[in-house]
Amino acid sequence: MSAVDAPARPGRLIDHFEHGLNSPICLTWELTYACNLSCIHCLSASGRRDPRELTTEECKAVIDELQRMQVFYVNIGGGEPTVRPDFWELVDYATSHDIGVKFSTNGVRITDEVARRLAANDYVDIQISLDGATAEVNDAIRGPGSFDLAMRALERLSGAGMTRLKISVVCTRTNIPQLDDFKAIADRFGAQLRLTRLRPAGRGADSWHELHPTQAQQRELYDWLVAHGEEVLTGDSFFHLSALGGTLPGLNLCGAGRVVCLIDPIGDVYACPFAIHEEFLAGNIREHGFGHVWRESELFGRLRSPQSGGACSSCAFFNSCKGGCMAAKFFTGLPLDGPDPECVRGFGETALEELGTSVERPRPSVDRSHRTAPRGGARRATPVTLQRRRPAAPPISACNANPVAELMRPGDRE
Amino acid sequence: MACAVSTKRMAELTLDSALRVHPRVSVRPEPFGALLYHFGTRRLSFLKSTRLLHVVEHLGRGSVREALEAAGIDERETPDYLAALRSLRDSDMLVAAT
Repeated sequence: MSAVDAPARPGRLIDHFEHGLNSPICLTWELTYACNLSCIHCLSASGRRDPRELTTEECKAVIDELQRMQVFYVNIGGGEPTVRPDFWELVDYATSHDIGVKFSTNGVRITDEVARRLAANDYVDIQISLDGATAEVNDAIRGPGSFDLAMRALERLSGAGMTRLKISVVCTRTNIPQLDDFKAIADRFGAQLRLTRLRPAGRGADSWHELHPTQAQQRELYDWLVAHGEEVLTGDSFFHLSALGGTLPGLNLCGAGRVVCLIDPIGDVYACPFAIHEEFLAGNIREHGFGHVWRESELFGRLRSPQSGGACSSCAFFNSCKGGCMAAKFFTGLPLDGPDPECVRGFGETALEELGTSVERPRPSVDRSHRTAPRGGARRATPVTLQRRRPAAPPISACNANPVAELMRPGDRE
Repeated sequence: MACAVSTKRMAELTLDSALRVHPRVSVRPEPFGALLYHFGTRRLSFLKSTRLLHVVEHLGRGSVREALEAAGIDERETPDYLAALRSLRDSDMLVAAT
């Protein structure tokens, strides 16, 4: 994946990107696993705060290093990042250190005062998560009251004059019929619509099979994206759809470990936000800092080396889809050199059928889900709960494992 | 040279023009040249060669001609580099130096 929304023309530059950059263009930083909601497709299986969460000072040290590395901006998420008491302090610290901040929220902490403050900071972009254009569709995924919560935040931000506002939608089987309605909501608040792909990661590993768009819906989505061009952002989510026709705007490249990566709340660095699993763990920033992980991680080195398309390389569309999303394959139990589970030519579907129930699909390494569903719905924020049982092992270091070796055959890397 | 989208018509750019990097643009050297990020427009651009990066680094200290000379660009290559600078200026990555 790539979370790079900034438009870029496709071209030979991608070849350079495939070999990795001195620093990421941007990175995703999940500040906390604590969340007031329990969305059924949560990529990070969030709910409870991890007691090992980075402290305010550690977060500031990360920002200092990102500034030295000239990382242009961070996409902050979680969990629900705004439930961290030091969240606004960290936003201000980042933006005053030349790091742009784009953060995703369900809206729970967006008061009128916060909205005014955010509107005044030109380095901040906000994404309000909304997975249905109606409460019925949205709340079935994000929980009771979450639609109203998001709409209230949008009203407050728009009322405060926030112009760098986005509505972030994960495309599912239930909301693809609402694309025009999402666009209308975005227009109403002067917001930009951002559509991303449902990934089978975190709790999404369970819900994906029922929620991911059908083949017919993928076509519908593709046509809709083509019709709306660059006015709708996609974070490069849908490059696997390029085989349906012309390439969509964006880099059309899996940026995992090459141009993007993820820092999690306890400082673990993963190849991308959709790959929170020890197989994609590059290291921890608490050891030698983020830059060391970015430059020295064996996993990232492998991701930056030439990769063959395996079963896909003979496909006429391999150059446009590049075999699709690594994380989507991994969590659905498909080989990394095989087709994407949502391959528009249907090869992924066939491969999944052949796989059947014969394999055990990878589970998220750590699950921070609430033990019980939040009480009273999302209208009232649930108290942030602490993970009671400490995970048996400390964060795995980059050198303890050789994450990709088991997943890739030597021949695949040329 | 630079992947920048021209959105507005600008005054002609000549060797005598004076340009500098927009104060809200961050230029980050990379093995292939450089990445540029504009914090105002949230746009990303590229310098596709280290030589173009050298030209950009020499801007702001005089005319475009001086920057090209300082970066060792010969006359034959000048039109290509002027086109690249024009494209960067049209996308607001570079602005007129006063």
